Amino acid sequence: MIKNKQSAHPTVKLILKDGHIFEGKLFGAKRSVAGEVVFNTGMVGYPETLTDPSYKGQILVFTYPLIGNYGVPQLEETDDIFQNWESEKIQVQALIVSEYSEKYSHWNSIFSFDNWLKKFDVPGIYGIDTRELTKILREHGTMLGKIVVGNDKVEYYNPDVDNLISKVTPQKVEEYKNGKKRILLIDCGCKFNIIRKLLDKNVSVLRVPYDYDIEKENFDGVVLSNGPGNPVVYKQLIESVKKIIKKQVPTLGICMGHQILSLAAGGKTYKLKYGHRSQNQPVKTVDSNKCYITSQNHSFAVETKSLPRGWQPWFENLNDYSNEGMRHERLPFLSVQFHPEATPGPIDTDFIFDEFINKV
Amino acid sequence: MKIKKILIIGSSALKIGEAGEFDYSGSQAIKAFKEEGIYTILINPNIATNQTSDHLADKVYLLPINTNYVEKVIAKEKPDGIVLGFGGQTALNCGLDLHRKGILKKYKVEVLGTQIDAIENTEDRQLFCNKLDEIKVKYPKSKAVNTVEDAIAFAEEIKFPVIIRIAYALGGLGSGVCRNKNEVKKLATKALNYSSQILVEEYLEGWKEIEYEVVRDKYDNCITVCNMENIDPMGIHTGESIVVAPSQTLSNEEFHLLREVAIKTIRHLGIVGECNIQYALSPNEKDYRVIEVNARLSRSSALASKATGYPLAFVAAKLALGYGLHELPNSVTRTTKAFFEPALDYIVVKVPRWDLKKFRLVKRKLGSSMKSVGEVMAIGRKFEEAIQKAMRMLDIGVEGLTASRTKVEFDELKEALENPTEERMFAIVQALKQGYSIEWIHSLTHINKWFLYKIQNIVELEKKLESSKYISHELLLEAKQHGFSDRQIANVFNKDAHDIYMLRKKYNIKPYIQHIDTLAAEYPAKTNYLYLSYNSSKHDFDFKLKNSIVIIGSGPYRIGSSVEFDWCCVNTSKTLRNCGIKSVMINCNPETVSTDYDESDALFFEELTTETIWEIYTAIKAKGVIVSMGGQTPNNLALKLHKVGIKILGTSPESIDKAEDRSKFSSMLDELEIGQPEWQSLTTLQDALQFANKVGYPVLVRPSYVLSGAAMAIATDDLELTKFLQKAVDVSSDHPVVISKFLVNAKELEFDAVAQNGKIICSAISEHVENAGVHSGDATLVLPAQRTYLETIRQIKEFSAQIAKSLNINGPFNIQYLAKDNNVKVIECNLRASRSFPFVSKTLKKNFIEVATKIIIGQKVQPINDITFNLDYVGVKAPEFSFTRLEGADPTTGVEMASTGEVACLGEDFNEAFLKALQSVGYKFPVKSILISSGTIESKSELLEPMKQLLKIGIKFYATQGTAKFMNANGIPTEMVDWPSQNSNSNAVELIKNKVVDLVINIPKNFQEEELTNDYLIRRAAVDFKIPLITNRQLAMRLAEALLTKDPLNLEIKSWNEY
Repeated sequence: MIKNKQSAHPTVKLILKDGHIFEGKLFGAKRSVAGEVVFNTGMVGYPETLTDPSYKGQILVFTYPLIGNYGVPQLEETDDIFQNWESEKIQVQALIVSEYSEKYSHWNSIFSFDNWLKKFDVPGIYGIDTRELTKILREHGTMLGKIVVGNDKVEYYNPDVDNLISKVTPQKVEEYKNGKKRILLIDCGCKFNIIRKLLDKNVSVLRVPYDYDIEKENFDGVVLSNGPGNPVVYKQLIESVKKIIKKQVPTLGICMGHQILSLAAGGKTYKLKYGHRSQNQPVKTVDSNKCYITSQNHSFAVETKSLPRGWQPWFENLNDYSNEGMRHERLPFLSVQFHPEATPGPIDTDFIFDEFINKV
Repeated sequence: MKIKKILIIGSSALKIGEAGEFDYSGSQAIKAFKEEGIYTILINPNIATNQTSDHLADKVYLLPINTNYVEKVIAKEKPDGIVLGFGGQTALNCGLDLHRKGILKKYKVEVLGTQIDAIENTEDRQLFCNKLDEIKVKYPKSKAVNTVEDAIAFAEEIKFPVIIRIAYALGGLGSGVCRNKNEVKKLATKALNYSSQILVEEYLEGWKEIEYEVVRDKYDNCITVCNMENIDPMGIHTGESIVVAPSQTLSNEEFHLLREVAIKTIRHLGIVGECNIQYALSPNEKDYRVIEVNARLSRSSALASKATGYPLAFVAAKLALGYGLHELPNSVTRTTKAFFEPALDYIVVKVPRWDLKKFRLVKRKLGSSMKSVGEVMAIGRKFEEAIQKAMRMLDIGVEGLTASRTKVEFDELKEALENPTEERMFAIVQALKQGYSIEWIHSLTHINKWFLYKIQNIVELEKKLESSKYISHELLLEAKQHGFSDRQIANVFNKDAHDIYMLRKKYNIKPYIQHIDTLAAEYPAKTNYLYLSYNSSKHDFDFKLKNSIVIIGSGPYRIGSSVEFDWCCVNTSKTLRNCGIKSVMINCNPETVSTDYDESDALFFEELTTETIWEIYTAIKAKGVIVSMGGQTPNNLALKLHKVGIKILGTSPESIDKAEDRSKFSSMLDELEIGQPEWQSLTTLQDALQFANKVGYPVLVRPSYVLSGAAMAIATDDLELTKFLQKAVDVSSDHPVVISKFLVNAKELEFDAVAQNGKIICSAISEHVENAGVHSGDATLVLPAQRTYLETIRQIKEFSAQIAKSLNINGPFNIQYLAKDNNVKVIECNLRASRSFPFVSKTLKKNFIEVATKIIIGQKVQPINDITFNLDYVGVKAPEFSFTRLEGADPTTGVEMASTGEVACLGEDFNEAFLKALQSVGYKFPVKSILISSGTIESKSELLEPMKQLLKIGIKFYATQGTAKFMNANGIPTEMVDWPSQNSNSNAVELIKNKVVDLVINIPKNFQEEELTNDYLIRRAAVDFKIPLITNRQLAMRLAEALLTKDPLNLEIKSWNEY
């Protein structure tokens, strides 16, 4: 029995580019992978987090030590829109936890965490001192790393130079009809909840791939979604957005969408040392005392000073004062670095969707 | 208007439902205000607290917390602001009364933070429900009713089971579940005696109970700092529940649904500052109910502060002054702001500590009202690690959840699971060991299966250990990671804990120091708030604590060890730091000030066990450990710590042992020719009877092993002794019983002192009002002693000097003396700070702990002259009992301590201080009528004269048969009432129920009555219907005297520093 159990969870290595090596035990899929190692400090919402397409190419460390407690719910389809997950599969390359629950307990769950990872062929390591690992990532910045099973030969993989959006953007156009106003959603790896939130506001959503030729469509507003990777890689997308700006179509950018909109407007982006990945990022409106707790997942940020004339910073991060949003002083453009759609995380900034819809 | 002067209302004595957490919150508030240069005035008669220390509030009033006295303080001090949220329900209720009586308006005192209307909207159920309706937030179907009939009608409408609650209740007082009409009738009748309005609501059996701590500023910025999940689901009061933080079984959707409702509700109610919202969450679908909102700091907020490192009370105080959350720093990281929600990378488990076995006749079943007296908090990176730590922290004899030498076992397992008592966790372990299914246990307990799976992991691991012949590195590490102590593992392998320690050393398995940093390592933390975990690979700590001194805290509050020891520990730390020495605190009680990370250079929120203290001591390379400040728990560790090689500072461990070991201490007294009551350690009933007859009854019996009921008892004859030894205890050679001669009508005195190299540096002698036979913790203390012969005092001083010299005491100590006819005997001696140290230090304005600490670190201290003779005021310390919460418990005092807290007041003479103290623990004046049962004939005649005096001031007497006859015959007109057993409308209980009398004096005829006697029913009725009760003759006499000389409602208003 014991022997079987050991082979079920072989000891594997997490090797960081700077030479740090952590030993842990394998669960989920039994295979080696490489990616960029990042950490998330959220304490709840692992099904939502792991299905967020923005994590494409990344090996995710959960700082909360107990993961999988409530299992994983089924991906359900109601009213043509998927529920419970943020995309149709697990998006991370792999994940690293201190402990996962073999057994779970929740009325809405049907998968154990382990089985769910297996279903999507995603490996996980447990038994790692995730706090120590996080401190290394905090001090050195995010790093490339790889999970090595046995004597596998694995090359490092740098997602920043890759076109990750092409891997998560939909293959076809889809329309969700729910109102007269028609919103064009440029899907760079959109979380389902952005669609759900828009539909809640009684608008129709036309969801298109990131490289779709938008000239041929009629729409009243544009949403640039979240997505993985380095924004400067997506030159063609930035060009399309420039055209939207020129036409003065009301536009909302979220996360990657915020970065793309900034770049299209003439601003600059840079890579944060270790990114913001958590559900407790405090942001403050620049011109008032209003503050919000937000859910975030990004490596790159917009340089506030680089914003061209007319584009004003809207929110700032209360921890490191990085830019968290912008809007145009006259024109109907607004964008936020955080995730107003939440899932996972707090829903304090749901009003961003209202502000956008009011401009449409 | 800028606030310059703030009045802070404290929570008075510690009681069940309102304990040390308010010392923490009040102290934090004072610090926050002082930082702004605001003049602070505190009213709190709880002299044992940290908040009543001289370095905190600018002025401290040790006065009763009621509108009468608070108004007088307001009139005198003219504060421009008042805060009501830092002194628990006591302060909140007092604030509402002040408002309703127009006092706040009259003196133009502004309520800071949450406003009165918001408080009222949370406190009055109907208003509360109306507010929730306005924002479509769900709450249990409920109705406020004023009559028993309406209660029954509504219960039948919403279907059974239902729960009955009262508005304005501390810790769910008088609440309960009713499963049928009869139960509703019974409980509603009782509840309507506390309150004119009660609430009948749907009972959400098996629903999860979840809490959120919410903070909101005046800019409407609102966050939830922490959420918590009760392992025990709905039906068990949250103060009685084992609680984890953060929640473990909630999905993102549920977590944020409740978070959103919390923020919406708190905004709608308009709370500014901190509050707590409690929910029921369905375990079967997406559905919830809001249970209640506490618009003030609470026990849960103290727990949340300690669990996250977010200083809720401090922040709440700043918000009351008008700051925004984003304008305040995060005091842990110091680089980020207070507007954030902590991310934890560990799990916290809180377990309540009960002392139910201390009370005769108490109902042990847990339910919707609170009975626990304290709690512990354990931190780990696995649930298994944290819960096993917590079980050890409780200090109840178990060494973890399982594998203990002390076994907690149940014959009726199903019953033990279905009807929770304080020991249910052990019933779950037993069921799992015996192979019962998780399903079955869940169906009986409704505890979420995730928790049960985790407990099963511990049980399985114990089995794995049992079936292993050899302890491999991997197995040992796994056991340590699941929270097993060396002792537990040793128990399984029938080895010594030291063997396991040596094995760990060989394998290099040790716990690593971890930081609590509020942001899960996202930002570096600057404070030293720490815990240990075996689920880590490296110390997360830079070692700058070399040569620091470790203070062992008091552990969970319990009967006999409470906030007074926290005061001692905090003052020790303060003195060390003032002397330039780094202080390290180890404690595990979230209701304390000592576990505020700014009170020491490093705080380890950890177990007070030899194993853990050793790991910390060696990891930080401390200079030594102080065990004399945290009460009996650290004192008991002295010799053990010494044996493993830890340097004990202060009095030597050998001396401590000499004072603790009855035989050694007794021999020493004999050598010194100091008297002591005759005693002997006996192993058979035969010998016990023989000894008792030799020394003569009554005798005091102290068993070493208790089966049920109270541990100590007084026996007056062979029959009683036999009965007690056969029924309640196990007497054998393994478990000897100590029997000592009990002196009747003797005076008891406390000697508190500090010595250096055996020479007394400072001392205080306090006398008990009650004669010997009342536990010193339950006695009313007077300082300076008022009615003690000079010769007695001389002998006490001389004996104490001899004992101090003989034991070469270096630090604090306490000796309890008996005195009768100038014949002084020693009862016991503790080489540590005692319960009365804050009382004597504050009354004499000489900080004994500061002196003791300086001695402990080797500073030369000059002897301090005895100032008691020149003192022109008197201090009186009075106990607070929580009998109202302990359903069924017989509210008498005896040799076992029963009080949960204390107050002390100062006055120009005894009578004044005494009347203030009595009012501080809930006595109500004026007294116009008294129901009296005066006990034995001796007691009857003693009480005659004082009662005659009371007659002169117009008091009307009611008495039960014997007493009435006696009083009438002796010239005191007394109305005779029937005994409760006589089922008449005019019996004593009815009299109490109808509030015909203002005071009940009921003097028991013997030392402990076992049966449900008439007297018991009278005493219980007094407690249940909130009529002040006196069960001690001396106390009754002193009260009578005091009432003749002073008007209790018009006593002098003087702050502590004005004396």
